[in-house]
Amino acid sequence: MTDLISMVVAKYNYWIYITLMMIGLYAIIAKNNLVKKIVGMNIFQTAIILFYVSISVKKGATIPILEHGHGPDAHHVVHAVDYINPLPHVLMLTAIVVGVATLGVALALAIRVYNNYNTLEEDKILAQIREK
Amino acid sequence: MIWPIDLAILTLVVVAAISALMVKDLLGASVLFGSYSFMMCLLWSIMGAVDVAFTEASVGAGVSTVLFVAAVFRTTRRTRD
Repeated sequence: MTDLISMVVAKYNYWIYITLMMIGLYAIIAKNNLVKKIVGMNIFQTAIILFYVSISVKKGATIPILEHGHGPDAHHVVHAVDYINPLPHVLMLTAIVVGVATLGVALALAIRVYNNYNTLEEDKILAQIREK
Repeated sequence: MIWPIDLAILTLVVVAAISALMVKDLLGASVLFGSYSFMMCLLWSIMGAVDVAFTEASVGAGVSTVLFVAAVFRTTRRTRD
């Protein structure tokens, strides 16, 4: 039992990332409203970003900015163990911007669908398509 | 990383995500999604990813919420699920 609890607490970030991913996937598949589906898609994207940022965390390390960068006794000797790994951060910066772009396109398409069918519910839209 | 704050905010993130999907009002859902994004931003500043944190605060919590509210304003607030 203590083993299980320590395992959950030690990898809490990863458990939550899986949970958020499954919440987003459920919303994309099972929700009927188009805006709710888009919210689910965004939650899925942020879950993946959470996974990548969690990889970069190190125990006893500081944020990735050089400590002795300037001043009279400036030197640029870098001990990689003293800094959090910044590579996943840079990759995820791109992912956030791409996420907002897909959100904008998805909401624009939802507005066009609403103008055509006068509803955002998926089952009503499908019923109207079948009637034609 | 300060792990008690990390655990508390991770729990709040899940609560915000579930409530954003359960609430029966699209404007409420977009505001809850904004709070979800802002808590993600806090999480990233805790984990030491400061550049990701302020990009998320401006782009994720700011622009996404504005886009959602604009889309809800142009369509409808009502929803069945």
